[in-house]
Amino acid sequence: MIFTIASGKGGTGKTTIAASLALSLAAEQSPPPLFLDCDVEAPNAHLFLHPGLDEQQDVAMLIPSVDEARCTHCGRCAEVCQYHAIAVLGQKTLVFPQLCHGCGSCTALCPEKAITEIPDRMGVVERGPAIAGISFARGVLDVGEPMAVPIIRHLKKWAPALPGQVVIRDTPPGTSCPVVESMRGSDFLLLVTEPTPFGLHDLRLAVQVGREMGIPSGVIINRENGSYPALEGFCSENNLLVLLRIPFERVIAEGVAQGKTLVEIHPEYKVTLWEMFLKIRD
Amino acid sequence: MKQLVILSGKGGTGKTSVAAAFAHLAHDGPSPIQAVLADVDVDAANLELVLCPERIETHDFTGGSVAVIDQECCDGCGICEQVCRFDAIQSTMDGYRVDPIACDGCAACVYQCPEEAIHMQPQTAGQWYRSESCYGPLYHADLFPAQENSGKLVTLVKQNARLLALDNNSHMVIVDGPPGIGCPVISAAAGADMVLVVTEPSSAGIHDMERVLQLARHFRLPTLVCINKADIYPAGSDQILNYCDEHQIEVVGSIPFDEMVTRAIINGEPVTVYQPAAPASLAISQIWLEVISRMHLELKP
Repeated sequence: MIFTIASGKGGTGKTTIAASLALSLAAEQSPPPLFLDCDVEAPNAHLFLHPGLDEQQDVAMLIPSVDEARCTHCGRCAEVCQYHAIAVLGQKTLVFPQLCHGCGSCTALCPEKAITEIPDRMGVVERGPAIAGISFARGVLDVGEPMAVPIIRHLKKWAPALPGQVVIRDTPPGTSCPVVESMRGSDFLLLVTEPTPFGLHDLRLAVQVGREMGIPSGVIINRENGSYPALEGFCSENNLLVLLRIPFERVIAEGVAQGKTLVEIHPEYKVTLWEMFLKIRD
Repeated sequence: MKQLVILSGKGGTGKTSVAAAFAHLAHDGPSPIQAVLADVDVDAANLELVLCPERIETHDFTGGSVAVIDQECCDGCGICEQVCRFDAIQSTMDGYRVDPIACDGCAACVYQCPEEAIHMQPQTAGQWYRSESCYGPLYHADLFPAQENSGKLVTLVKQNARLLALDNNSHMVIVDGPPGIGCPVISAAAGADMVLVVTEPSSAGIHDMERVLQLARHFRLPTLVCINKADIYPAGSDQILNYCDEHQIEVVGSIPFDEMVTRAIINGEPVTVYQPAAPASLAISQIWLEVISRMHLELKP
């Protein structure tokens, strides 16, 4: 079973809750879960789960390399490229690696077979055992590289679950392609929000993404501080189950800042999160 | 005319709260500065929620295209599925189908289908708006959920804000950026005269601040840092100061943790309007003065 923690808005507590859920499951179940940090732009889960990242693999995209000796500068490559990543200027064919999506179209369609593909590194995937026996894997986008999605896609394939192993995926904020790739193939979305207009606005979007992808979802309200009727109204109108409420407490904020999970700050959440898991599973 | 781009790496550190207060301070502060505002966190645009804007113009944003298979012409050879590197084409009971969410719009299948049974269909991926806010013109956008090309929409919103600022002889564009360091952030940061990184003294906040500062250095952008919720973990704040000191990046101020920031959001106002005397408001006002002075913006008397 694959659980994906998402939010729309950043900083609502995705990583804290994902790491806490992983620790809670690890205490109750064998094998302990597999944790995938899919926020490859800003990966933080390792700060809470302390994995040994002893295994690494570069993630590269295949980009075109033009053999000028064979190239007739016919311009077919530039014509088929939807990303303007290859251009013919007079007697020179130029490749712009940062615009290339690695689709292979130019290589396949070059009438002179003058294009081969060479790997261009964009990041890395890493894995190893974390605390409490959790299997941990993450992707890291190289600074200056624009595309997160190929790394997330690679990570999901590179770190498969064992039979019967629960998978917990932590995702980037937002609602566009990296979030969608992180959610793809999940069985359940845990949408973490906070009771403010920002939190609600972005929860709405995250719920829509889940719906378009046909994945069932539930809500976790973090930093609850009195009631926020607009959020409650939204959840009940949309039949979204509020699975957990975490009150605002300065001691939690301070603990999280120091790299502690919820279950380390308040051990009773171990049981609460386990019960939440059972409720979703059944 | 100068562009200030507010970034953070980690989400939820307070970019939008700072941007909203800056919009107010530019407009009504002790030394008024004419600013155009741009919210380029197009995935989850929140600035409008605290600037009471009235929409003047709405435009469709055509993002990429997705492949569509004409079932009448398809002979089921499966070449499209083989050439697709995005796992977007699957064989189903009713023939080959394109998953529009997975499709990257590369058109490899279109060009390689022997029956010419596939075409590309442009997608309306979102909308962008010009609004009149309480604190000046605001450009913003909504990328429809699960759409691609957010970098392209970021550039579009920013360019329109820039053009208006040039037309109006405005002093600056204040850009509220997205989290992360990938494509939308690179688009947001391009051409910035100053990047302000809003960070927080948590282990995650510091980790991601370092990544966004590396990005700014990579693109050689002048950068300032401010620390939000600075007192929540003082040891973390010290770590930020040390890191910035080592890398010769100026820290222009610290904002204390202040519940009024959240209350202001709930009230739909910048914190400097909602509670001008709140500790956070005073700190942000001071940071604003530091930022405009570092940007050498001429102050009107």
